[in-house]
Amino acid sequence: MSPTDVVPQEITASRPTSQVVNDFSIQVATVNGSGSQTANLVLLRSILLMGVPVSGKNMFPSNIAGLPTWYTIRASKRGYVARKKEVDFLVAMNAETAKEDVLTLETGAAVVYDEPLKLNTLRSDLTFYPVPFDKLVTPVCPDAKLRRLVRNMIYDGILAKLLGIDMTFMEQALSRQLGKKAKAVTLNQGALKAGWDYAEANLPKQDPFHIEKMNETTGKILIEGNSAAAIGCMLAGVTVVAWYPITPSSSLCESLIGYMRKYRIDKETGKATFAIVQAEDEIASLGMVIGAGWAGARAMTATAGPGISLMSEFAGLGYYAETPAVIFDVQRVGPSTGLPTRTAQGDLLSTAFLSHGDTKPILLIPSPVEECYSIAMDAFDLAERFQTPIFVMMDLDLGMNNWMSDGFKYPEKPIDRGKVLTADALKKIGEWGRYKDVDGDGIPYRTIPGDGMPAFFTRGSGHNAKAQYSERPDDYVDNVDRLARKFETARKYVPKPVVDTDTEAKIGIIGYGTSHWAITESRDQLREETNVKASYLRVRAYPFTDEITKFIDAHERIYIVEQNRDAQLAMLLKLELTPERCGKLRSVLHYSGLPIDARSVSEDILAQEGFEVVKKFTPASASSMIGGE
Amino acid sequence: MATIPLKVNRIGLEPQIYKGGKTTLCAGCGHNAISERIIEAFYEMGVNPRQVIKLSGIGCSSKSPAYFLGGSHGFNAVHGRMPSVGTGAMLANQKLIAIGISGDGDTGAIGIGQFVHLMRRNLPIIYIIEDNGCYGLTKGQFSPTADMGSKLKNGVVNDLPPIDTCALAVELGATFVARSFSGDKKQLLALLKAALSHRGTVMLDVISPCVTFNDHEGSTKSYSYVKDHDEPLEEVSFVPFFEDISVDYEPGTTQEVKMHDGSRLLLKKLEEGYDPTDKIAALRTLHEASRRGEFATGLIYIEPDRDDFLNLLNVVDEPLATLPLERTRPPKAALDEIMESLR
Repeated sequence: MSPTDVVPQEITASRPTSQVVNDFSIQVATVNGSGSQTANLVLLRSILLMGVPVSGKNMFPSNIAGLPTWYTIRASKRGYVARKKEVDFLVAMNAETAKEDVLTLETGAAVVYDEPLKLNTLRSDLTFYPVPFDKLVTPVCPDAKLRRLVRNMIYDGILAKLLGIDMTFMEQALSRQLGKKAKAVTLNQGALKAGWDYAEANLPKQDPFHIEKMNETTGKILIEGNSAAAIGCMLAGVTVVAWYPITPSSSLCESLIGYMRKYRIDKETGKATFAIVQAEDEIASLGMVIGAGWAGARAMTATAGPGISLMSEFAGLGYYAETPAVIFDVQRVGPSTGLPTRTAQGDLLSTAFLSHGDTKPILLIPSPVEECYSIAMDAFDLAERFQTPIFVMMDLDLGMNNWMSDGFKYPEKPIDRGKVLTADALKKIGEWGRYKDVDGDGIPYRTIPGDGMPAFFTRGSGHNAKAQYSERPDDYVDNVDRLARKFETARKYVPKPVVDTDTEAKIGIIGYGTSHWAITESRDQLREETNVKASYLRVRAYPFTDEITKFIDAHERIYIVEQNRDAQLAMLLKLELTPERCGKLRSVLHYSGLPIDARSVSEDILAQEGFEVVKKFTPASASSMIGGE
Repeated sequence: MATIPLKVNRIGLEPQIYKGGKTTLCAGCGHNAISERIIEAFYEMGVNPRQVIKLSGIGCSSKSPAYFLGGSHGFNAVHGRMPSVGTGAMLANQKLIAIGISGDGDTGAIGIGQFVHLMRRNLPIIYIIEDNGCYGLTKGQFSPTADMGSKLKNGVVNDLPPIDTCALAVELGATFVARSFSGDKKQLLALLKAALSHRGTVMLDVISPCVTFNDHEGSTKSYSYVKDHDEPLEEVSFVPFFEDISVDYEPGTTQEVKMHDGSRLLLKKLEEGYDPTDKIAALRTLHEASRRGEFATGLIYIEPDRDDFLNLLNVVDEPLATLPLERTRPPKAALDEIMESLR
C-alpha cells in the first residue's frame, strides 16, 4: 500500500484540554542519511538533563541513504522505557511517509511538519504546527551543502519551545554530542535558536504536552546495549576479538575497538594488550576465538542470527573439544534481505541446540544495559570455568537503542580462569587426563600450549579421558555423559532468574531480554486498569534453574512473553517440565520487527484471561515501512 | 661400566621426543615421509616441542599431526578451517611455533576462503599442503588440485583446471612459498628447516602421492609421474644460525638468502637466472612449468623482512593469553571517565 492510498478518515475534533506532563512519546520521521541522528540524540539527552526518565528507539531501514526512518523518544515520569504504542507528538520531515504518519496518529496528537507538505488539511482532530524549514535554515547555514544536515536541528529548537525544554540543556546536549567540533557546534546552535525564535513568534502553544523538570535522572547515563557489553568485555580482560560486520552486532565490536584503543594500550611500550581482527566471515571469527581460547586467551566474537548459523559447526567443535569462547548474538529478524534492521528474539531455540550431535551450549540473557555489562564479564568467567562456548543473547532493540541506566559499578571480584592444570594441581590429582572428571562436576583440567605442562591432542568427539584417539563405544558414552554432567553443574553457576512475586497473584509472567520493559509496564496497567495482579520471573540463562519450576507451581496460569512466532522459550521449557506444569503455560507473542510494547502485552493477557479487549489500532507507521530495493 | 652418550640436539633433547604416535595411514603414503622430515627438521633445528602447536583440518593429511611431535599440543579442527584456529592461537600466544597440516581438498575446496585470507595476513605459521590431487579419506574423488586430463582409477577424467596453491599464495602475499615432493628427502628437509627460520607465513605445497587411490597410469599425481616431472629450480641448502659454517661457491651460481633469525638459505641455481625474491618471475615460472606439465619445485618465492600479522597488530611482546589482570583490566578511573562521558 502506498501512502497515497490512504483515505482521510472522518474524525470529529475532541482536543484534550488537560495537560500531559512528562508522559508522552515523540516520533521524528525523516529520511535516513539526512543527519537526523544528531538532532534526535540531542533531544533525547536534553530531556534526560531535565531530570525526566527517557528512552530512544531508532526504527530504520536496511539502507544507507534515502529511505524512511523513524526515531521515537519516550518521556515517562514513571520511568517506563519500553516502546509506547501511541505516538503523541510527530515531527514530520519526510514527504514520502508524512501523510500516513499523520493518518495513523491518535486523536489529540500534535504535529510539527515541514510547511510545504500541507499536512494540516488531512485531519481536524490534531494540533498542527507548520514550519518553513528551508526558509529558516538558509540564514543560519550559508553553506548550502550543509543545510540538509543542519535543518534537523531546527526542529529541536521548535520542540524546546513548544514542550518547555530548557535551552541551556539543549545546548549542553548539543556540545556533548558534537564534542570539540567548534564549527559544527556554532552552526547547530544557530539552528536551535532559529527554531526556538520561530516557534516563539509564530507557533502559539495549542497541544497538551509538556516537559517539566524532575529529579529522576541524577547520575544516569544513556547508553546502547552494544556499548555496555563492549565495556564489560574490556573490563573482563578480553585479549582476542575476531568479528565480521553484521547488523545489529557491528557496533558492539566497533565500540570495543574505540574503548580498547583508549584504555588498553601499554603506556610504556605503546603496544596493544589485545588483538582485534576483522575476519573473512563468521566461520573464521569463531574459529579464531576457539583457537585463541584453546591457547589460553579470553576471546570473543559478536554476530547476529545469520552468523550464528554459520558458526554452527565450530560451536559444536568448541563444545566437544571443550574450549572457552564467548559469542554475542545480537538478534534480529530472519535470514537474508528484508528485516535485518528490525528486532526479534528468534535465535533462542536454534542457539540452544546449535550444531550437530548432542550439544548443549550455555546461554546468558541480559535485559537492562547494566546486565549487558555485567553478564559480559560473567560470560568470560563461565566460558573458562566450563571450557565451552557461551552465547550472550541480546537483540537489536537492546544493542542498538539508547537506554537510561545508573552508572556501571567497577567489578570487585577477581576473574575466574577455571581449571587450568598447574604443577601443584598435577601433584594433587596424580595422573592427569585432559578429559578426566577429577572433581565429579564434569569439568576436567586443561593445559595450555606453551605453558610447559603436559600436552594433549585436541579432537572433536572421538577421544577417551586421556585425549587419545578412540572410537570405543564406552569411551564415547563416558565422554558425552560427562559433558551432560558439566551442563548440570552449570545450573549452579549461571545467573539466576529475577523474581518479583505478588502474593495475591493468580497469574505469573515469564519473560526475558527486552520484553522485560514492556512486561514491567504491563503489570502496572493490568493492576491499575483491571485489577489483575501478576507475578513476574525474568529468565537470565539456559540451563534453567529451580526458581522457574517453583514460580510455575506458585501460580495458576503462566504467560510467557517473547518476541518470536514460535514461542521458543516456552518450547525449550516444555522439554524439561512435567506435563502438569506444561499445562499451565500460555504464550504472548510479538514478532512484527518492532520492539514489544506494554499495551500489546496487557491486551493479549487480558484476552486470554477472558476480558473483552478492544484493540485500538495497528502499530504506528508500521504499515508504511515499505520500500527499498 | 661406561655408558654410551645419548644422541641429543642443541637443546639437549633426544630424537625420540620428536616422534609421534604410530601412523594409521596406508603403507607407502607420501604423508608419512613428510612426517619423518618434519621430525628431522624440528630435531635438528633444536625446536622445543612444548612451544609447538600442531594444527590440521580434516582428511588423511590432517590425521598426520598425531604422528609427529608427540610432546606438542595438537588441534584437529574442522574441515578447511584450520587457518582460523591457528590464527586465534597465534594471536593468543605469539611465542608459539605453529605448524599446520592441510590437504589439497582441505585447502583447495572447503578451505579455500580461509587459505586465501591466511596468506594475506602473513601470520607466523608453517602451512603445509600434503597434496595428492584426490580425497583419500572418502576413497579417491578428485580434489581441486587435480590436473586437467588426470584420470581416476575408475577412468573418470578431470576436466576442470587445477588450483595452483603456490601461485595463489604468491599472488596473495605469502612471504615464503615453496613446492616440494615427498620423495625428495634432501630438498624437503632443507625447506622445512628454512621454514622454521622464517617469521611470517610459510606455504609449502608438498606433492605427496596417494598410493591407494591416485598412483595409477593416467594420474598426474602418481609417484612415478611426479618423479619424472619434478623440475627443481635450485639446489637448496640451509645453514642454521647456530652453525658457523662458511660455504664456498662460485659467484653467480648460488643465491644466498638471509633468514629472519640469521640462518642462511643457499640456492644453487638450476634454472638459469631464477630469483626467488622476484614475485613476477615466480608467477611466470610456475605458469611455464605447468604448461610443460611439470612441477617446479624448491623455493619459489621469499620475502624475508615483511612485517608479520602480529607486528601489524602492534601487540605487546608477551603472550596475550597470560597477561596479568592488572594489564588487561583498566582501572576504576577509566570506567568512571567512560560513565561521565555518557551522562
